[in-house]
Amino acid sequence: MQTRLAAILGVLILACVVPLSGCKKSPEAPAPEAAPIKVGAIFSVTGPASFLGAPEAKTVQMFAEKLNRSGGVLGRKIELLVRDSGGSPEKAISLAKQLIDEEKVLAILGPSTSGESLQIKSICQEGQTILLSCAAAEEIVVPLASYVFKTPQKDSQAAQWIFNTMKDLGITKIGVITSNTGFGKGGKTHLEQMAPANGVEILVNEVYEKEATDLTGVLTKVKGAGVQAVVNWSIEPAQGIVAKNMKQIQLDVPLFQSHGYGNIKYVQGSGEAANGTIFPCGRLLVADSLPANHPQKALLTEYKRGYESRYNEDASTFGGHAYDAILILTEAIKKAGSADPKAVRDAIENLKGVVGTAGVFNFSAQDHNGLGLDAFEMLTVKDQKFAIYQK
Amino acid sequence: MDFALFVQYALSGITVGSVYAIVAIGFNIIYCTTGIINFAQGEFLIVGAMTAISLAEVAPLPVAILGAVLITTTLGAVVELVFIRQVRNASVLRLIIITIGLSIVMREVMLHIWDEQVRSLPYFTGTEVSTVTILGAHISPQVLWVLGVSAVIVAALTLFFRYTTTGRAMRACADDRMAACLCGVNDRWMVTLSFMLSAGIGALAGCVVSPITQTQYDMGAPLAIKGFTVAILGGMGNSMAAVAAGLFLGLLEAFVVSVLPSSYKEVAAIVVLLLILVFRPSGLFARRDVSALRAA
Amino acid sequence: MMRLRIYYPVLAAAALVVVLHVALAASGKTYYMTQITMSAYYALVVIGLCLLMGYAGQISLGHAGFFAIGGYTIAVLTTYDLGNWRETPAIGLLRSLGLLMQWQDMYGRDILSFSPWLAFAAAMLLAALIALAIGLPVIRLKGHYLAMATLGFGLIIYRIVLGARLLGQADGISNVPAFGLVGGLQVNGRAPFRVQNYYIAWFAVLAAMVLSLNLIHSRVGRALRSIHQSEEAAHSLGIDTYRYKLATFILSALFAAVGGALLTHYNGSIGPSEATVMKSVRYVAIVAVGGMANLWGAMLMGVLLNFLSLRGVFGSFDDAVFGAILIGVMILAPQGLLQVPRWRTATALLPRRKRA
Repeated sequence: MQTRLAAILGVLILACVVPLSGCKKSPEAPAPEAAPIKVGAIFSVTGPASFLGAPEAKTVQMFAEKLNRSGGVLGRKIELLVRDSGGSPEKAISLAKQLIDEEKVLAILGPSTSGESLQIKSICQEGQTILLSCAAAEEIVVPLASYVFKTPQKDSQAAQWIFNTMKDLGITKIGVITSNTGFGKGGKTHLEQMAPANGVEILVNEVYEKEATDLTGVLTKVKGAGVQAVVNWSIEPAQGIVAKNMKQIQLDVPLFQSHGYGNIKYVQGSGEAANGTIFPCGRLLVADSLPANHPQKALLTEYKRGYESRYNEDASTFGGHAYDAILILTEAIKKAGSADPKAVRDAIENLKGVVGTAGVFNFSAQDHNGLGLDAFEMLTVKDQKFAIYQK
Repeated sequence: MDFALFVQYALSGITVGSVYAIVAIGFNIIYCTTGIINFAQGEFLIVGAMTAISLAEVAPLPVAILGAVLITTTLGAVVELVFIRQVRNASVLRLIIITIGLSIVMREVMLHIWDEQVRSLPYFTGTEVSTVTILGAHISPQVLWVLGVSAVIVAALTLFFRYTTTGRAMRACADDRMAACLCGVNDRWMVTLSFMLSAGIGALAGCVVSPITQTQYDMGAPLAIKGFTVAILGGMGNSMAAVAAGLFLGLLEAFVVSVLPSSYKEVAAIVVLLLILVFRPSGLFARRDVSALRAA
Repeated sequence: MMRLRIYYPVLAAAALVVVLHVALAASGKTYYMTQITMSAYYALVVIGLCLLMGYAGQISLGHAGFFAIGGYTIAVLTTYDLGNWRETPAIGLLRSLGLLMQWQDMYGRDILSFSPWLAFAAAMLLAALIALAIGLPVIRLKGHYLAMATLGFGLIIYRIVLGARLLGQADGISNVPAFGLVGGLQVNGRAPFRVQNYYIAWFAVLAAMVLSLNLIHSRVGRALRSIHQSEEAAHSLGIDTYRYKLATFILSALFAAVGGALLTHYNGSIGPSEATVMKSVRYVAIVAVGGMANLWGAMLMGVLLNFLSLRGVFGSFDDAVFGAILIGVMILAPQGLLQVPRWRTATALLPRRKRA
């Protein structure tokens, strides 16, 4: 009797709570002037990928506020709906459906991780909502889905830069260590596939778990194989641990990192051990050392200064990917002259020469990433600061 | 594999093994006195390290570490007084669930106090690139600190439990709480003390490994799981066995990496755990009657 | 005739499900059905876990593992392209038996894969076998040993799905096709199918409830309850406690696997995040809040808490909320929140006199 009562009570509560819980999200009546353009964003602001999502969310908010202050785009303000997926793909799926079905957004910026992006790819495609992912996996745009784009550079091109530098240094035998995340997996695949064509032999190829706190075991194995360089493809904290462990077990060979090394904090975390690291990256980190006539210099300096003064923390290339996403969207809206999803989508594909933080974007119907080899610059660490790598 | 490489692997294994051992000792202290498995043990290490890192910005390193240990010890007492003591007639299930909840809440609080960034304490001696050579293998001097501090903790605890009144009172509680009560031991205070002790040594361990492993708000849970595995491996409640079991597991992991792909390292640890639970739940070094642990 | 009375709550619940639909349609908020459907599948896991924890008295800190087994099995079998083996006799045989499915993925590629029915059966079988293999040695253990063993099991499953290339490693498996049930019914997440999937999910949940109620009110159920109260007493009465606990373990694993399989079709994907320790802990938290031996409470809380979590109501405090719930419920209302008369009131927290 009691359980039945409780059950009925419970479901009644559910029936009342459920419609009410969405109340605060119901859209307001449009103002007499032009209705704002709704843009959704799903970032991993908290959780295991927060080093990606937090700067991304802050960046888009900064961009949207600045844009709205100067009148918005096409005379309409941007209404940004930022949601926190916590790095959880199920939540990303639910939030994506909310943004598409309920809020009817024009586009979704993000998500921050490859796993989430791949899982909402078909939802956005079917919902005919533009997806501008800030995640690295190439599977996001290959095979192509017409509404899905991505802003970070291609992993394969990062690997190509690494191999090019190795050719210059005469390195032919390497050890590859990667973390078991989506990012690490992407790097591992490309390094393996491209090594033979670049005349490099991978002697040791190991995967470590992302929570690893000490990598001396794996690095001992690498040392034992007699490699000439080590390539580490992971995110923090492993990047710092690898650098330190290598010096401590006296594995004195060049260390190549991936473009996930994009924050000065990682260098600070490994102190002296970081000196000499070589990695491909967007030019944001060395914006001040770029020649004055470099196409990206103005944008990068402005973004870096704006972010650092507003949020009191170092700018990173991850936030830059979100900057590029919202920049591309607003440029496409301007080009299309409307906020109709199909028109904007077509406009993105025709965007050429858009200067972003990661590089200069040139989209096409076959290339939904728009960045080429020149998006990268080979960087290194000197005296615990980033510098452009000189041969 | 030549000798130098062998020693390198062994040292790597001993380093992680001693961290596991300290976490396991923390489990054992609480388990012995109360029968509770404290799933939040890993969090004590991280709280200690994070507090020390914050204090180290305004105070010299030794003072920061001392301060962190004191603060975490107090936290341990608070946790016990506010949460554990409230639970009456607790079944094992309930207590396990409470400590799991505690570990989650503590982690989230740490996230909001210290955000998600990775931090570390400065190396106690030397820098990130210093290295010491032993028998042909190279390690960071911090490793010696880890081993040294672990040894000191184990020695101090042994002395404490054997030769001090309070220590013996705690052991009495562990053996038979009712009997200890009858002898005039304040068992509730012993429980609080056990939490304080576990929290304190956890904090110290967290500080000494922080330069090596770096510290991030969510590192507590994997540490707790490993520490737990080691505690069961050695036999719940047996701290000396925990040290041996910890070193064993660390060495096992290191040598698994030397022959198999390193992704098997984690699986090896879990498989060992499951085997122990199935075949010898009382642990490798236990002498107690096994049947008390089986249900049917 | 007496037995039919136990099903009245199920009928009431079914009626309320329809009422909810009508309410949502009337207020124009049918898109809530998305999260309700997802939560219903999570609730399936919780119902099974409630049987295990509340009635058989066993804790499982690895139930997300069974959810993952169900989901991944069905994902792999329905997305793996058998096209290269099209000409082989084995495939030809399977085709003639109607066990294969030809479909086009979102990129327009033709894929020949196992039919979802076959995959579903395989997922159930695998979950049951693994539950048996794990349960046989582990059910014997008590208290925290059982907790650790199930935790270890959950961790192994997580490592496997994270490490195996076939299972997509960290990215998981996407592009899982729809599951065509009888008639025109399909389990998939697309907007036109939203209402039917809502009813499919609730059908699964209520079917599980019927099964569970049946179990509880049968001899087996009474045996289970006696085991929970006192294992020695039950044993002394000749009840084969071990067998009943093992059977309940396997049944709860099956519920979880069904939830995993159907949600994978609904979402169109699955990833390692479904197999983490945190997920297992959440299921335990929900059972604890709903009342350890209260099936309806567990189901309700399963749907409600997951719904709120998926909609982002808890914001960045998601895990913290579940942790706080765990602590709060265990201290204040160990019998669960829906057994109102047995709440400990807050006054009980005031300092008591020391016991003599």
